[in-house]
Amino acid sequence: MAAVSSRNQRFGRLVAILAIIAVTLVFLSPIYWIASTAFKPRNVATSVPPTVLFQPEVTPFVKLFTKRVQLKQPPTPEVYAAAPWWEKAIYDGGERILKVGNDVQLSQYPNRFLNSLIVSVVSTILAVGMGTITAYGFSRFRIKGEADLLFFILSTRMLPPVVVAIPMFLMYRSFDLTDTHLGLIILYTAFNLSFSVWLMKGFIDEIPKEYEEAALVDGYTRMQAFFKIVLPEAATGIAATAVFCFITAWNEYAFALIMTNRRAQTAPPFIPSQIGSGLPEWTVIAAGTVLFLLPVAIFTFLLRNHLLRGVTFGAIRK
Amino acid sequence: MARIQLDNISKVFGHHTALEHLDLDVADGEFFVLLGPTGAGKTTTLRLIAGLEKPTAGTIRISGLDVNSWGPAERDVALVLQQYSLYPRLTVRENLAFPLKSRIRNASADEIETRIAYAARTLRIEHLLDRKTDRLSGGEMQRVSIGRAIVREPRVFLMDEPLSNLDAKLRETMRSELKDLQRRLGATFIFVTHDQVEAMTMGDRMAVLNNGHVIQVGKPSEVYNNPRNTFVASFVGSPAINLLHGRLANNRAVVTPLTFELPVGGAGASEGAKEGAMTFGIRPEDVEVASGAPVEARIHDVENHGIEKIVTLRVGDNLLRASIPAQTEVKVEDAVRFGWDPEKVMLFDAATGVNLRHEAA
Repeated sequence: MAAVSSRNQRFGRLVAILAIIAVTLVFLSPIYWIASTAFKPRNVATSVPPTVLFQPEVTPFVKLFTKRVQLKQPPTPEVYAAAPWWEKAIYDGGERILKVGNDVQLSQYPNRFLNSLIVSVVSTILAVGMGTITAYGFSRFRIKGEADLLFFILSTRMLPPVVVAIPMFLMYRSFDLTDTHLGLIILYTAFNLSFSVWLMKGFIDEIPKEYEEAALVDGYTRMQAFFKIVLPEAATGIAATAVFCFITAWNEYAFALIMTNRRAQTAPPFIPSQIGSGLPEWTVIAAGTVLFLLPVAIFTFLLRNHLLRGVTFGAIRK
Repeated sequence: MARIQLDNISKVFGHHTALEHLDLDVADGEFFVLLGPTGAGKTTTLRLIAGLEKPTAGTIRISGLDVNSWGPAERDVALVLQQYSLYPRLTVRENLAFPLKSRIRNASADEIETRIAYAARTLRIEHLLDRKTDRLSGGEMQRVSIGRAIVREPRVFLMDEPLSNLDAKLRETMRSELKDLQRRLGATFIFVTHDQVEAMTMGDRMAVLNNGHVIQVGKPSEVYNNPRNTFVASFVGSPAINLLHGRLANNRAVVTPLTFELPVGGAGASEGAKEGAMTFGIRPEDVEVASGAPVEARIHDVENHGIEKIVTLRVGDNLLRASIPAQTEVKVEDAVRFGWDPEKVMLFDAATGVNLRHEAA
């Protein structure tokens, strides 16, 4: 009997593992697709049926980061010989373009990527910081009309943001906030704030207020008690909230497209703009997308322990 | 010196009145117990003294100074709670050092070390100092949180049911330890509990609270022997007092429905010209079960407590508890006879429940 049940258990485990592998494959396939495209030669990327085995190359990344000129006629042998290996690779790949000279001329991608980082990081810090303090206030003090205020804060999320895009754009234009980092930071902070307040209130409610009261009686101010006792206890919640806010800001497309075009443009509207006027540069777009996926993956990976505890907070806490 | 005075204190939360016209005067160095059922306002009173809540009306004085506008940090009181009283993530040593590191005290490293060593020795927690607080048992946690109060050398110790989460055996040990500690420190202790045994055994004086009012203040023996009303009488004392409804006629208690009659004496009766409907209170130890006693009853139930037996007697519809020596052999449904000590019978107004002796005074 015991042997049978243990055999059943082993079979069950096997099925579970196979199911997990299958689901993981399904979820990873688009990521594999985009990542492999980023390393494909240009003509291989669009071949039908898709090529699985190919000689990977880094030219899409080179093209993503640097600029070069369209050649009107084939380069002279001297020019070709003087060009660095990756330029030769691009030229040999069948494209009539070449970067002449040794100074590297960067494309706009690094700048757009940096814009995305600045806007997302700053707006996440602001949204989580303000949200935590607001949530603390709601959680710990008797506030007149608390329920109404909290509902008001939540209600800012009930409208699809794009609905207000045009009025926002007009307002931003009169305040000279279009195409500025500050403009996007304000916008994303406002988007994330209500979410951050609600999420953080849940987390802070879970922290017994007796801890701070003990600190108050022990000679600390409310502010010191907040930083010494509440913040360390809320770290898990803060991490979870930060990941969600960061992802929202990082992936935001519509407002970034409307509000920015050059100086403060972020990566999401920039990458598709590279489709260009001629043939779509699928490999370059794929390379840009792969790099774009990395920060969120790294950030989530770093906070993974907090995140797991954070999203299952109410369930496993006594 | 830390005398605590609460003068006509009221506290209202929204539509709920937690305390109403509360007066208390706790002497310096006194072990003062606030006793009452859940919701009586004990914890609110403590939080008002600690400065965690502001009174809606009235004045709180510590050592004669009006502290109404003072924050908790300035009042120099220590608070020990029933639970959640230790800072998480910190070791026992860090917990003990925490109050000393506040900007108000700003103690030197040597000073902190000395005080922690003293508190740890006093409470016998030296071996726990480097442990994280989540690795402590309930009793150890409670000791550490008392230690965190001791290191500060506060003027007043406020304790909110510090023993309620401990098991019975440990609670008993901690009771005498706390009392002993208070004697050695000579500090003012205000101790909140709903357990009348703690109040009786530990308090120099106690206040019985109910529904936001102080019902009676006094030494435990006074409160026990001369309760102000039926609420205090039944709340204090274990096993609980017997309260019987009846009439007073010719200095005799006629317990209704007419099942028995016994004499009453003592202060209440001699002054009580007032005859008529009344509630009679008699403690189980003042009920005598003896063969020559005047009233016949049946044994309804027997509880053996080891040092004595508590028997429940049934007379008609009335049940009445008596304590008898443990050696006495009794069985359920045995016929026995009982009487009571007329001097020990308390008379309460049938309508208001107020002790007539208090009413006369």
